[in-house]
Amino acid sequence: MMKNIEMQPMKLLADWSFKPKKINRGYSGETLYIGLGKKDGNYIFEQRPVSDDMIEKFTGGRGFGLRLLWNAVRNDTKWNDPENEIVIAGGPFCGITQYPGAGKCYSVFLSPATKQTYNSNAGGYFAPFLKFAGFDAMELQGKADRDVVVFIDGDNDKVQIFESTLNDINAYYVSEELHKYFAKDEADQRTISVISTGEASRTSYWSGMNFSFYDSRRKAVRLKQAGRGGGGTVLRDKGVVALVVKRTHFTGSENNPADLSVIQKAGASLHKRIHDHDDEQCRMRAVGTAHLTEIMNDYHLLPVNNYKFGRHKDIDNISSWTYTKHFTQGMADGCWYGCSLACAKAVDHFQLQTGPCRGKEVIVDGPEYETAAGLGSNLGIFDAVWTIEANFYADHYALDTISLGTGIAWACECYELGLINKKNTHGLELTFGNKEDLMELIHRIAHGADDFAVALGRGIAEAKVYFHEHYGADLDVMTKIGMECQGLEASEYRCQESIAQWGGYFLTLKGPQHDEAWLIFMDMVNKQLPSYEDKAEALFFFPNFRLWFSLQGLCKLPWNDIEPTDNGLKYKGIEAAKIPEHLQNYLDIYGAITGKPLTQEGLIEQSEKVYNFERIFNLRMGRGTSAYHIAPDRGLGPVWEDEWDARAEYFDSKLEEFGSDPKGRSVKEKIELLQKYRRVQWEELKAAVYRRRGWNRNGIPTIATVKRLGLDYPDVVALLEKHLRPEDEWESSVTEMKAKA
Amino acid sequence: MKVLQVMAEKCVQCRECMSACAKVYFKEDSPNFSRIKVIDKTGFANLNVCSQCGACIGVCPTEALERDAGGVVQLRKNKCTSCLMCVGFCPSASMFFDGSKQSEPFKCIACGICAKNCPVGALVLMNVPNN
Repeated sequence: MMKNIEMQPMKLLADWSFKPKKINRGYSGETLYIGLGKKDGNYIFEQRPVSDDMIEKFTGGRGFGLRLLWNAVRNDTKWNDPENEIVIAGGPFCGITQYPGAGKCYSVFLSPATKQTYNSNAGGYFAPFLKFAGFDAMELQGKADRDVVVFIDGDNDKVQIFESTLNDINAYYVSEELHKYFAKDEADQRTISVISTGEASRTSYWSGMNFSFYDSRRKAVRLKQAGRGGGGTVLRDKGVVALVVKRTHFTGSENNPADLSVIQKAGASLHKRIHDHDDEQCRMRAVGTAHLTEIMNDYHLLPVNNYKFGRHKDIDNISSWTYTKHFTQGMADGCWYGCSLACAKAVDHFQLQTGPCRGKEVIVDGPEYETAAGLGSNLGIFDAVWTIEANFYADHYALDTISLGTGIAWACECYELGLINKKNTHGLELTFGNKEDLMELIHRIAHGADDFAVALGRGIAEAKVYFHEHYGADLDVMTKIGMECQGLEASEYRCQESIAQWGGYFLTLKGPQHDEAWLIFMDMVNKQLPSYEDKAEALFFFPNFRLWFSLQGLCKLPWNDIEPTDNGLKYKGIEAAKIPEHLQNYLDIYGAITGKPLTQEGLIEQSEKVYNFERIFNLRMGRGTSAYHIAPDRGLGPVWEDEWDARAEYFDSKLEEFGSDPKGRSVKEKIELLQKYRRVQWEELKAAVYRRRGWNRNGIPTIATVKRLGLDYPDVVALLEKHLRPEDEWESSVTEMKAKA
Repeated sequence: MKVLQVMAEKCVQCRECMSACAKVYFKEDSPNFSRIKVIDKTGFANLNVCSQCGACIGVCPTEALERDAGGVVQLRKNKCTSCLMCVGFCPSASMFFDGSKQSEPFKCIACGICAKNCPVGALVLMNVPNN
């Protein structure tokens, strides 16, 4: 144990040794099961084999997580039942050092926010170290009878449970202490990764998990987040303060790939491309994803004041150039070895102005674009320093910056509309741009300080019911302006003017994140998806293509945040958006790791299996039908007059496209009419998308679809047969059947 | 600091330097394993070898690249994770790799063996002032 550590030695509660299997061609072939008991101190540890069927159908990462969770829960399991698990899994690419972005993992669990499965990805060193310790995935089930720290010792092949002596559960404190606690000396801290939560995990459903890595240049612990869906809330409910993994020795060929040279060639060439062209393309190495703020502003896509407006005169205050000045330049900011895109930017020597750490000098990880917009423009705040402070506390308390931003933005609009008042908020003036009170609200949500803060911290879907029942707020209005679907708050893009992106947000597996598809430019700016069939094709291909990264342990950013310079010359339209040369790299590397060649069609089929399984899993948990694919009015168009008036000419022209003359109508009438037309478009989109995905009218995968994908397990078929109704079949398929007959 | 000085106009492209280098470090006479590359560019010799500029040092995520006492940039294999970022970020593309021999990249460490084997004096090991 190192010196300068505050925490007391921890008592060992359970100790288990295992004999690890060596990784071969991307898989160790075993998973780790840790049972925490039922608050009875009965800890169970197991090594479980990975079957060939599991690899064939579920590939790895999120796929493994969903399969293992399916086996672990009952149909009526709730997020806070002991049966619920957190499954963490990388995938066959995970741990590669030669190609950028190969240190990711997915955490899969039943979500307190969405009441169905959720999966959230994070960087940091945890997943590669877990794999190098010998496990393709780990399951954490049950509930501990006291606060514990789980330690996976990949150096000595042991798993140990300790009684936590940490007197503060917030992320930076826990991570910094545990890095020191389990390291031999300062340099040894890089052999450790910690998963932690924070205070918000006790009361809020927005609590994420922080995944650490040690930055040897800064000599500091850095945090990356599996922020979304409430994984931190689940981990805390299990009594786990932190998960720790340690692994000292590993090589650049730890995955024992079939052909290392293929991976080396693809990796070195992408490093070179990033070196040569990142400065003139996305500037990820300088500013990370925060390079997007002014671009989104240019196209009316930046969410301002709860997505009401798409741009703002003060954009320069939060532009990429402003953030570049705050981020320390020239650092090796990859969140796993070999990521030359290095987007894990940090603000060093930041002095906090508020809250329990006021006056302390800290490192802030981020802000990334979503945080810059969510805890910035969407709150009507154009002050990078405020956003950096909010970012620090969100991470420290383990609050998802996206849901936090979108949720507070919605509360501000409720306040400005008079739906809630100062008495309800316990004295806070929740107007857009009120920096002092909005920062105070973040602290209150984390601490669970009062009924208002607790209700809001459970997300828009639950908060609107609470506001209605306790404050008399109008439920219909709150629903119209709440950018939420399936219990999840939308991420930080305005999607009103892109029909395809309505699907990208509201026809998704887990709610409106930007994980599945980002089609706004393709659809709205470049007009490459004119028909519903074109949009449906994009909403088939891209969600499946993007899901593939989650099966492998890969980050998506090195796919399209750097491009070959001739990409736009060689390819056009949707083909260009696929970045074919990078897509080919992934196919080549997959083959070089596993020894099994893969085509683009094969890639999509790997994803389709998991995409449909996840959909069916959500059906099993009582959701997963068309009734849960609901788009709020704010997602489809303007709701109030000031939104229309901000771009009156533009919206008038949209009405004209539907053959309606805007002249002589009040703005209120025009809004109603546009919303009516767009609702029709939404239904047409929904039908086209369901059909292309091989689902019925109710959004449920058909028997033919699961058979084609090899998912026709008896329990899956029985579940589908219970829910597939003849009246939900497509008319033409019935016609075709009749014709055949 | 020690640097291998290149006088390309003298080079006759015999590639004795490459052969000597590959044999010393990889015990195999193959151009793939040499830390200096002689390339024919439209009849003229182009010699690619590390100038010890050190641009790779700041890029390495594990600080496995460092200057030794003589100013030569050395790759410490015990710290290297074989990520090859140094390969892509070398301004003169003088960091090499070959997975059939080792996962880590390799580079010129100014040992002078190639210079000793050059029949025409196109390579000279020199001491130059540190920057």
